[in-house]
Amino acid sequence: MATLTFKGGIHPYDGKDLSKDKPIQEIVPQGEMVYPLSMHIGAPATPIVEAGERVLKGQKIAEAAGFVSSPVYASVSGTVRTIEKRLTVTGDRVDCIIIDNDGLYEEAPPMPVKPVEDMTKEDILTLIREAGIVGMGGAGFPTHVKLSPKEPDKINYVIANCSECEPYLTSDYRRMMEVPERLVLGLKIILLLFDHAKGILAVEDNKPDCIRKLKELVIDEPRISVKVLKTKYPQGSERQLIYATTKRAINSSMLPADAGCIVNNVDTICAVFSAVIEGHPLMYRVVTVTGDAVNDPRNFIVPIGTNYAQLIDAAGGFKVKPEKIVSGGPMMGFALFDINVPVTKTSSALLCMSKDEVAKWKPSQCIKCGKCLEVCPARLMPSKLADFAENGDEEQFVKYNGMECVECGSCSYTCPAKRQLVQSIKYQRRTILANRKKNK
Amino acid sequence: MTIVSDMMNVSVTPHIRSKESTGRIMLLVIIALLPATGFGIYQFGYQAAILIAVSIATTVLTEFLYEKIMKMPVTVGDLSAIVTGLLLALNLPVSVPWWMAVIGGVFAILVVKMFFGGIGQNFMNPALGGRCFLVICFTARMTTFTLDGVTTATPLAMLKAGEDVNTWDMVIGKIPGTIGETSAIAIMVGAIFLILFDVIDMRIPFTYLLTFVIFIGLFGPNGWDPYYLTAQLAGGGLMLGAFFMATDYATSPITPLGKIIFGIILGLLTGIFRVFSSSAEGVSYAIVISNLLVPLIERFTIPKCFGKGGENR
Repeated sequence: MATLTFKGGIHPYDGKDLSKDKPIQEIVPQGEMVYPLSMHIGAPATPIVEAGERVLKGQKIAEAAGFVSSPVYASVSGTVRTIEKRLTVTGDRVDCIIIDNDGLYEEAPPMPVKPVEDMTKEDILTLIREAGIVGMGGAGFPTHVKLSPKEPDKINYVIANCSECEPYLTSDYRRMMEVPERLVLGLKIILLLFDHAKGILAVEDNKPDCIRKLKELVIDEPRISVKVLKTKYPQGSERQLIYATTKRAINSSMLPADAGCIVNNVDTICAVFSAVIEGHPLMYRVVTVTGDAVNDPRNFIVPIGTNYAQLIDAAGGFKVKPEKIVSGGPMMGFALFDINVPVTKTSSALLCMSKDEVAKWKPSQCIKCGKCLEVCPARLMPSKLADFAENGDEEQFVKYNGMECVECGSCSYTCPAKRQLVQSIKYQRRTILANRKKNK
Repeated sequence: MTIVSDMMNVSVTPHIRSKESTGRIMLLVIIALLPATGFGIYQFGYQAAILIAVSIATTVLTEFLYEKIMKMPVTVGDLSAIVTGLLLALNLPVSVPWWMAVIGGVFAILVVKMFFGGIGQNFMNPALGGRCFLVICFTARMTTFTLDGVTTATPLAMLKAGEDVNTWDMVIGKIPGTIGETSAIAIMVGAIFLILFDVIDMRIPFTYLLTFVIFIGLFGPNGWDPYYLTAQLAGGGLMLGAFFMATDYATSPITPLGKIIFGIILGLLTGIFRVFSSSAEGVSYAIVISNLLVPLIERFTIPKCFGKGGENR
């Protein structure tokens, strides 16, 4: 079968062998737990606990503040110490609920659930919303919002993003190897919301074992099929994934729903399963701890709120002093200057690199080789856009479709002159978006 | 608990970079030019080697001194000056004196490259700019070709005069001409190397040669005679120009469609010059004129971006 793909993209060293054969292990956190009130896109959650209050594992500690927002749950039992500003992965200091873990893991009763057959669509959506599920691939967009398009009947495809195109990441891979039935059942639950939709499990062809497992599982599912994608970055980028699987192309002014598609990440769909079937709110996520600076790269299931430093300990500590630590993958993740930040709903990996490749190279003058055009999945002219951005030429930037950039970073990765292409473009894009918002 | 006392490096994404670099690309181009260079030295003897050495030394030294004097960062490490020097030498007849290589090299680097902002900013291929400058200044010396010590007309000039030429000699390079342009085979070996290593894009040389062949077939004196067409392709530095100079990054369009248009213009201009002008060659002028059209071509060939125009059902 021919593999599906898009035009452009890159093939970086993927580093997945470091951790792909390590089964998911549970992390038992120690000491304080930090729960940022803003782990999602939208309004920060409103705390509903006070300092000194005892909370149970699975107890809601912050309520969604509006429709585009998401509640937060305690992942341990213990006492609320305080609510204060703490450093998070993005480098921002945001309001966090601090809980002293008492190590008892006393559980609050799960959310009440009915058998799925008896649930209405609203019941399912309410459970997903109440469970605090957000897009766990990195963006953190509240899932119940994504699953409530204006016209649900016009959704033709629900795509499970199993591509995991970021180098080094193996958390989705381990999920698919260990509990593929949860993924398939989660997708079936989401399909209950959309009467005219087909389910697609989109997997890159570097995971043949997953493809085999998933194909076996969906053999009797008329609404679900497995589609094999070419291994390439950024295959898992929403727009590129929709194009690869359905040949529908969307631009920056459209939502996936405008093309009749909804895309969800593996961990998100698994979270939907445990919320709707088991009544569990979102308390855990799978994190890959990897890179050449850690002794024993592994995959962990981690309670949200755990300090990253504990993951390093669990992975055998540092082999050498890391020059750079990234939360997430090397293409889209956040570089951390301080490792003492909490795992959030969107933390997919902790990548510790002994050498900082970015610092090694000095940006030099563009040689106009055009390689950035070849790899750009949005088919832009990154070198020109970066010129406009560096000169502050907003008009030309927009004219040359700069707003269509998906910020995947393929141009910067490829550039032989090591120019800061996506960095300049991103800055200009964000500035324009912020100004547009202000002027509205 | 693991304590990391020092702060770690932070930067905006992405955090990894490919191994590709400007210097590596230039090195690959130099390697790709070695077969043609080697053949040139074998064919024309030690004078060819001296000219090549003088030319490279001139271009590298000019760039180095200019950047030192102007207190700019020195960029000779990216090897692009070596490529320019080598290409310039390959475009000189072996009979020219060494100081002409110096003049050509200084003109190429100083006027064509550095005055316009250095690497990537030049509007014209530096080596060809240098060569054209020399041809205008020293026309007789630059168009006198010797082979085995005997001054002879180039095969293209003989074709133009209606004489017969040995096409096979032209393909392997046993003909008079500039140092690096004579052997089509040696140049092709380097070109294939560049294509395999993804240094050059097929679009420009392919459309260039195709357009040229069609033009000569339609408007040339001998129609579609395969021997005549092969002689036209192998002669006059067309191969060297198509694969090594028309593909120069800075002076060719970066847009995919632009590359095709650029190749077609090159083919037409070279065809026009060879069929209608009084000289028999024309590759150099076709390339430098097309170089000037690049900004215009790019402006009209902005690629259609992904998803614009909405759904693609």
